Amino acid sequence: MRTLRMLALGTLAHVKQMSRSSFEVTIALVVPIVQATLAVYLFRAGHERHALLQAAVGAGLMGVWSSVLFGSGGAIQNQRWQGTLEMIMLVPRRPVLVILPITVATGLTGTYALLATLAWGRLLYGIRLDFVHPVGFVVAAVVCIVALGMFGLLLASTFVLMRNANALTNTLEYPIWLVSGMLVPITVLPAWTGPIAAVLPTTWGARALREATTGGPVWPSVTVCLGISLLCLAVGSISLTYVERRARAAATLALA
Amino acid sequence: MGSDYAIEAEGLRRTYRGRTGWLRPRRTEVEAVRGVSFTVGRGELFGLLGPNGAGKTTTIKMLNTLLLPTSGSARVCGHDVVRQTREVRRRIGYVFGGDRGLYDRLSALDNLRYFAELYGVAPREQKRRIAELLELVGLAGRERERVEGYSRGMRQRLHIARGLLHSPEVLFLDEPSIGVDPVAARELRRTVGDLAAAGTTVLLTTHYMAEADELCDRIAVIADGRIQSLGTPAELRHHADGRRVVEVEAYGVPEAAVGALRGLPGVRETAIEERGALQLLTVQSDAHVDVQGDILRELAGIRLGRVTSREPTLEDAYVAIVNAARPPEESREAIVNAA
Ligand SMILES: Nc1ncnc2c1ncn2[C@@H]1O[C@H](COP(=O)(O)OP(=O)(O)O)[C@@H](O)[C@H]1O
Ligand SMILES: [Mg+2]
Repeated sequence: MRTLRMLALGTLAHVKQMSRSSFEVTIALVVPIVQATLAVYLFRAGHERHALLQAAVGAGLMGVWSSVLFGSGGAIQNQRWQGTLEMIMLVPRRPVLVILPITVATGLTGTYALLATLAWGRLLYGIRLDFVHPVGFVVAAVVCIVALGMFGLLLASTFVLMRNANALTNTLEYPIWLVSGMLVPITVLPAWTGPIAAVLPTTWGARALREATTGGPVWPSVTVCLGISLLCLAVGSISLTYVERRARAAATLALA
Repeated sequence: MGSDYAIEAEGLRRTYRGRTGWLRPRRTEVEAVRGVSFTVGRGELFGLLGPNGAGKTTTIKMLNTLLLPTSGSARVCGHDVVRQTREVRRRIGYVFGGDRGLYDRLSALDNLRYFAELYGVAPREQKRRIAELLELVGLAGRERERVEGYSRGMRQRLHIARGLLHSPEVLFLDEPSIGVDPVAARELRRTVGDLAAAGTTVLLTTHYMAEADELCDRIAVIADGRIQSLGTPAELRHHADGRRVVEVEAYGVPEAAVGALRGLPGVRETAIEERGALQLLTVQSDAHVDVQGDILRELAGIRLGRVTSREPTLEDAYVAIVNAARPPEESREAIVNAA
């Protein structure tokens, strides 16, 4: 109970710290508009009734992913720059409990990107928000955020050790958008991407959202997404413990 | 198992390994700490005094579990810093100088609440504890302002409040007064003194002799990764026994002249300190040798100010200890070509 309280309040603190950066605020204002626009112009040719909405959801999900990717990698780097990484790692808790609020916080600020993309799509382009499973959509969205937070944790555990994690962050952004079918359905991608996509929680999250939007069995995808993310959490947790020890040996917690 | 000591360090060593160079990467090794042993009693205020790069921060980070020792061992409140990390962390607070290490865009209150949660301070006690600490460090009334608007001194005080949230038994203070104005530094020393008086064990590092002298029960002088001398301030003062100090105010003393002074018969140490346009030259010599005449002869032709002769202070003892540790022109950084 106390641990849950700590996780919740910790997440809140990090959301506050992140959302007050003027850089973040600018990004948060501009990116959803760009994404909504992209969604509309890329898919204008589509004649399906839900093509536009689907594209907007996909674009919004890309925002969530970017937020988690840069948030998880960037947040740890930020903690290091601020000198707070040492302070939070020094706390008598398992490293996973210290880092998870940061990655979930990035997932949460990412939710905003998803909702804002939809809102702008509605406002600027009149995309009709007629979801086939409205409840399924809300549940899938929440699961997606938690899943991204947990997946972000796995990434974070590798980022703690690397001083130049930024490079990795940048290389991961687009492939995951593509491979997990946030932008285009997986079926149009080359076959070799299939297995990769199948193990990414983002794939199942995007699929659940798409199914909730245009119709389909939402719950299996939600379940798989949640399962994979819990696995990420478990692996991330173990790896963070190992990584923390290595960081203490390699002296990479401080900026030095 | 209540250990008699709050801190025990045995043969602590730490080597930093890294790489420099891009096209031709070379491996670098810095032996930052090379065999440090000491004990600190419960409730003691212990100082680790040494020049920049002496290995103070490295030593403190091995004791507070942020760095693994390359070899040697240490215990805090009887718990091993490598194997019983969590036990150690529960009992220690860590505060370092400078203005990093806080969440700038959060208020002081949010910072303290967040760390209170992380440290598992009971929700019911948090409010009281935080109010108490804000009062202690003199930030009460300003706690709702964002930290980014705080002065350096205020940040430093917030750091201390944060380090004390969980009422640690042992407090590690790494150069807390660095970059803080003299008035704030005095306040800070008072706070630290009060904490120690109330029973907290404090390990303080500093490169200000006066700070260590004023606060510490015992001081370990560290230079070159090793403890050069350890004792009470009074004991350390004995290192300058049998010496006399001549101070010369001068303008534009060339390196060569300082070298020549060091070579004079009876001279033990020379130190030069820049004070604006003025340079303060301190020459320690054997008390029975009168070197003042020789000094003035060596400095002939240089514009001089006041010349005084006095008894050595603790500061002089410190200079003597640190200089003795500094072998001429020995580099501590061994660069090995990567195979
Ligand atoms: N992360 C690091 N990597 C490489 N060398 C380091 C690192 N941290 C400190 N050093 C080196 O170790 C030596 C001791 O540093 P430090 O413990 O910070 O000294 P102090 O705190 O007494 O100024 C210095 O020569 C410093 O340059
Ligand atoms: Mg230092």
